[in-house]
Amino acid sequence: MNLPFMPVVLWSDALLFLLLGVVLVFVRQVRRHEHLRAPWRQVGRSRLGMASVVVLACYGAIGLLDSLHFRPQLPAEPGQPVQYAAEVSSLFDVLAGPLRGQAEQTYSAPFATRLFVKKSLHLPDGRVTRDYPRLQYGGAHLSSEAERGPDIAVRALWGALSGLGVAAVLWVMAVLWVARRAGLDRARAWSRLWREPAFGGGRSALVTLSVLLVLGGILLHWAGHYHVLGTDKVGQDVLYLALKSIRTGLLIGTLTTLIMLPLALFLGVAAGYFGGRADDVIQYLYTTLNSIPGVLLIAAAVLVAQVYIETNPDLYDTAAARSDLRLVFLCGILGVTSWTGLARLLRGEALKLREQDYIQAARAFGVSRLRILGRHILPNVSHLVLISVVIDFSALVLAEAVLSYVGVGVDPVMASWGNMINGARMELAREPVVWWQLTAAFLFMFTLVLAANLFADGVREAFDPRSGVRA
Amino acid sequence: MYAYVIRRILYAIPILIGVNLLTFALFFVVNTPDDMARIHLGAKHVTAEAIERWKTEHGYDKPLFYNASAEGAARLTDTLFVQKSLRLFAFDFGQADDGRDIGREITTRMWPSLAIALPTFLVGLAVYISFALLLVFFRATYLDVAGVVLCVALMSISGLFYVIGGQYLLGKLWNLVPISGYEPGIDGVKFLILPVLVGVVAGIGDSSRFYRTLFLEEIHKDYVRTARAKGLPERVVLFRHVLGNAMIPILTGVVVVIPRLFLGSLIVESFFGIPGLGSYTIDAIQAQDFAIVRAMVFLGSVLYILGLLLTDLSYTLVDPRVRLE
Amino acid sequence: MRSWLWLVSLVLTACSGPLNNPHGPEEAGRNVLFSNFGPDRPKHLDPARSYSSNEVVFTGQIYDPPLQYHYLRRPYELEPLTADGMPRVTYLDAQGRTLPPEAPPESIASTTYEIRIKPGIRYQPHPCFARDETGRPRYIPLRAGDLAGIRRLTDFPETGSRELVAADYVYQIKRLANPRLNSPIFGLMSDYIVGLGEFGRMLQAVSRDLPRHAYLDLDRYPLEGAQVVDRYTYRITIRGKYPQFVYWLAMPFFAPVPPEAERFYNQPGMAERNLTLDWQPVGTGPFYLAENDPNRVMILRRNPNYRADFYPDAGEPGDAAAGLLADAGRRLPLLDEAIYRLEKEDIPQWSKFLQGYYDSSGISSDTFDQAIRIGPDGQPDLSPEMSARDIRLTTAVRTSIWYVGFNMLDPVIGGATDKARKLRQALSIALDYEEFISIFLNGRGIPAQGPLPPGIFGHREGEAGINPVVYRWQPDNGGGRPVRRDIAEARRLLAEAGYPGGREAGSGRPLTLYFDTMASGPEAKSRLDWYRKQFAKLDIQLIVRSTDYNRFQDKMLKGNAQIFEWGWNADYPDPENFLFLLYGPNRKAGKNGENAANYANVEFDRLFAQMKDLDNGPERQRVIDAMIEIVRRDAPWVFAYYPKSFGLSHAWAGNTKPNLMANNTLKYRKVEPALRMAYQARWNRPVWWPVWALVGVLIAAVVPAALAYRRRLMATVG
Repeated sequence: MNLPFMPVVLWSDALLFLLLGVVLVFVRQVRRHEHLRAPWRQVGRSRLGMASVVVLACYGAIGLLDSLHFRPQLPAEPGQPVQYAAEVSSLFDVLAGPLRGQAEQTYSAPFATRLFVKKSLHLPDGRVTRDYPRLQYGGAHLSSEAERGPDIAVRALWGALSGLGVAAVLWVMAVLWVARRAGLDRARAWSRLWREPAFGGGRSALVTLSVLLVLGGILLHWAGHYHVLGTDKVGQDVLYLALKSIRTGLLIGTLTTLIMLPLALFLGVAAGYFGGRADDVIQYLYTTLNSIPGVLLIAAAVLVAQVYIETNPDLYDTAAARSDLRLVFLCGILGVTSWTGLARLLRGEALKLREQDYIQAARAFGVSRLRILGRHILPNVSHLVLISVVIDFSALVLAEAVLSYVGVGVDPVMASWGNMINGARMELAREPVVWWQLTAAFLFMFTLVLAANLFADGVREAFDPRSGVRA
Repeated sequence: MYAYVIRRILYAIPILIGVNLLTFALFFVVNTPDDMARIHLGAKHVTAEAIERWKTEHGYDKPLFYNASAEGAARLTDTLFVQKSLRLFAFDFGQADDGRDIGREITTRMWPSLAIALPTFLVGLAVYISFALLLVFFRATYLDVAGVVLCVALMSISGLFYVIGGQYLLGKLWNLVPISGYEPGIDGVKFLILPVLVGVVAGIGDSSRFYRTLFLEEIHKDYVRTARAKGLPERVVLFRHVLGNAMIPILTGVVVVIPRLFLGSLIVESFFGIPGLGSYTIDAIQAQDFAIVRAMVFLGSVLYILGLLLTDLSYTLVDPRVRLE
Repeated sequence: MRSWLWLVSLVLTACSGPLNNPHGPEEAGRNVLFSNFGPDRPKHLDPARSYSSNEVVFTGQIYDPPLQYHYLRRPYELEPLTADGMPRVTYLDAQGRTLPPEAPPESIASTTYEIRIKPGIRYQPHPCFARDETGRPRYIPLRAGDLAGIRRLTDFPETGSRELVAADYVYQIKRLANPRLNSPIFGLMSDYIVGLGEFGRMLQAVSRDLPRHAYLDLDRYPLEGAQVVDRYTYRITIRGKYPQFVYWLAMPFFAPVPPEAERFYNQPGMAERNLTLDWQPVGTGPFYLAENDPNRVMILRRNPNYRADFYPDAGEPGDAAAGLLADAGRRLPLLDEAIYRLEKEDIPQWSKFLQGYYDSSGISSDTFDQAIRIGPDGQPDLSPEMSARDIRLTTAVRTSIWYVGFNMLDPVIGGATDKARKLRQALSIALDYEEFISIFLNGRGIPAQGPLPPGIFGHREGEAGINPVVYRWQPDNGGGRPVRRDIAEARRLLAEAGYPGGREAGSGRPLTLYFDTMASGPEAKSRLDWYRKQFAKLDIQLIVRSTDYNRFQDKMLKGNAQIFEWGWNADYPDPENFLFLLYGPNRKAGKNGENAANYANVEFDRLFAQMKDLDNGPERQRVIDAMIEIVRRDAPWVFAYYPKSFGLSHAWAGNTKPNLMANNTLKYRKVEPALRMAYQARWNRPVWWPVWALVGVLIAAVVPAALAYRRRLMATVG
């Protein structure tokens, strides 16, 4: 069979899918056990929590779409063997086709029809003038620039309407679902969904989703014809860059956890539960790691990774694979340097649990150590793990920006908010100011981190008995 | 207690050796001494002899961990690792690769770092605690809700935005403070305002929220109820009882960072052009000056261990029930 | 109470000038120049070691080589500085007989340069010259307790000075060979100066047995190629004929160093205090380094012993009109002091310039649009905003070139085959440097037509100067201009090279090329994106391999790179200094020469050897034309552009004519402090309303809540 493309699984893709698998297994476990479901139900009832879940899910979906990589087939002359492009694209790239391809020469403001800077234009009669040239793509469909305002408004209206349409369908489906579940007629189901506090979470999720759909609809109607967030120095669409950065941000936030978790779990619990020599060694290990200033350790490790990548060019065959490798290494390094906090927490908890009656009893009955760890200790520390994972997520997304500034972040050619902010610093010194790249990075990053923080709050409230204190 | 302190100090030695081993391993995977020589000799006209000469002169002509050509114990001691680490334990940092004395550099650069970090720390603590108290004072009013929302929002903004925004608004648009720079002495106060402000604002979301939880926990304890039942005004309850008792976890929690204030902040220092240890470290990483990186890592570890020790001691100070053994 | 007083005084001092002034409050009123250095601090200030432009900013003002470039005249012209006149050049044959100047180069075995310096020149005050009552050096050797309480050079209570003698120049030439200094030009100079190489080897043997900081007395060892004739005269002998040698005599490498200084610094206890010649220069120049805190500020102050030196009274046409001759005949230096502050980032530096706190500034691509407007005729002019601030613009074409090099040892892109040549030619057309210059340099560059920038002998303007491989000449009514050949032509060349449509003929495999760079960071990202776009025009995949400095150098040295970006700044204004970058025996791979592309062409090399010894004239032009034609056809480089340097300076800064060869121009600069203070005050009025607004918002937020709280309290009590 001859596919028109060659699927490519980058390292980070593979890890991401592994992570997805782990999450799915976890979800199944949770669904099966009532005592695990209860706190999640509480999260489900929290309005802020559910709204943030919807936002996170949107980011996640874009990130996942951007993780399905392939190399398209090149057009071949008859008789030539099939060849694939060296450039790796993702499903998201295909969906965002016009955004990606429509590169201008240099800066242009959001919704602009002309470049942001003046260029020398050679007139047909040989004279040279200096003016803002029309954009190649932004607003190119307009026959006169005066139409721009109305055109934008009309497109926004259509976009909003189409978004509302989809949202309406969702609401209807939700009402039908409630009606069927509760055996009510539709009007009662509607009023229930709309008023009852128990549905607060679902309601806010639907509202958030509707807002996102409307926004998405508007963007979709604009994006093909304008640069909604302007273009950067070499004319790439900033909206596209910001969307591409989502994957980077998510990967840093999640893969790091995936790498750090087994280390922290194993070492932390082992130190607490076994005590003695094991405890000494593990404590020594994490005090040593902790005592080195974080950025220094990360910087040194990233330099090592970079050299490793340099000296082993057979590890990757495309530019994408190369920056991907660096990203995976970065996640690994962040993972190795960040397990100590959680491990310390787990050690303390395991120390406490070890003295609990039921574990003493289990030990007296000769239950094997591993079994005790697996059946009794692990489930009892899982809430700690969960809370620290969701809190770490936002911290890691923020850390990426700082590391990129120091020069030890992701590959400079990779789209990431850190790289965008870094580039935007120089744009602020321009006059007039080029504000859109910084603003775009700020908005996208702020939304993600805010959602993650709110979600973390919800999770903490539901799982941590101590934080139940409320005025 | 003295025995305890001495034991802790002895315990620090293997940790510091481990730290050294780690930095050594990491650094020399990346850099051969030849690389270092080449960087320091510059781009134009570098010969192989010049590199050899540089290595001999700076003591990088030995093997890393094992010297096969030496005799007996010297096989392990006449190596780069032992030769370069031993002196660190005497706080003799030696010379940077450009020939400047690192110890001298650290003692001069530590003051600018402190000039930023200490006010940031103190003002920050004061602001965070007062803000948290304010929220607790107005708990369950719209001000509390708005405050918490503000905290979460502030937490979700990358620190880089605060720096960039602060410089742009206060320095460039409103002409209130110099954009960057540093000057020792009283003339230099104007340079400190912006970095300290940015440092404080950047931490406000995280810390205030944390302190607010601490206060709320305290406020629900029995003795507070009793105090209130006695008819003490809310102000007194809050300031005398709640604040007093919540200060213990707050203070013991921040003690660990105090020694590390010396190291300064990487980001703030390099953005605001402050000649402190933070920017020293970044420069050293970028220039791959191993001698400096090693010295800073070592210093960082020492200060961290000192912080842990101080934390333990502060427990005994605030809570007489705690005994160190 | 006292703390209140302190606070009040603080507020008062803060109010005495603009709030955002990064300098001290009174400094703006003094005859001082404010400038900046960075992002890196100067590493070496020893004239035998410093080579970087950020170091020469300082060493150029402190050290006086025998010659200098005339400040105003163009083309660049050498004139005596401390020398009495230009060096007396004598050609000798192998038997040591004097030859006439027009003797053929083959017959010349060596050349001597005899230089006589002016008597009466004195060094800056420095403790190394201090003498006690008996006339013996006060600090050499140091006596017990001399170093107590000494942290900086200025802490030494006694200083002295002495007259400059020819021996100091000879001493410095010997220092170039000192193995401990690793002088960057030692390798090059030992090819020329007679006996310098052996001298270096001998010193290496001697210094091996000496302790690390011990003083190595160079006066004890004679060097054949550099000798003192009398108190004020010395003689340098070089092998063969090297007419460009005289340019080196205008660089700090050939400035005088007093042996006392080295003797002084090489004493125990000095290096630990960072007191070294590399850090604390000792010179005869117009300024001396008064404060050296490279983490923060470096201050050059007027040398009180500076000799009588005067502002030139003639320049090129137009200089008088530009006010550059207003100070003719005035005693130099015109400034009392120059304060250089460390600026690591462009943005704060640029903002401070606009606020009036730096007297002059360069222009980066991001600040360009704010500063410059290109007129309809293509000439740059200041933007209205800058003109309103009375800022002035100076421009000059730099004697530099940027190019994209192809590694000629590479199996795909290199080699002398017709196929590879066509591939390189196709790429030369595809890399649209007109666009590059407009995006990244805002027009501050000229697309390069060959290896020689304008202002260098051999460069040709107009139709005769275009690179016919990449450009064609489009005549129009005013003359004409070069136009880049069409991309279709590049595609045709690519097909002829065996890659129709960017695919290898036959297998259909896409052609993938590799771009090696050590650039990283945001600025580099957009530039690398641009390169990718250019290669994509020919459907060629470009993979960027970015590495750190070391890995990159290593690759270049091993000849493993494929395509790379490289630049060259002329050491001196002579075509030899550019064409040697393509001279075969000078290749990078294996030999560590400056020929980074590892280009080797027998005919080119032969012509180079011929061109090098010729004096400027039609004969030399002919040879250069032939050489340039060869490299254009072989296309080992994509000739990218010659950068132009734009400078801005404020109304109060004077004598800012750029001189890209001279490095001692600080002595000509002047400022008008009163004017500066007036402008600064006008531009930096603080804006207070946001502060009041913030306070207002806070009050507005708290008051209702406080009222509500009080009401609640009343309710519970009541």
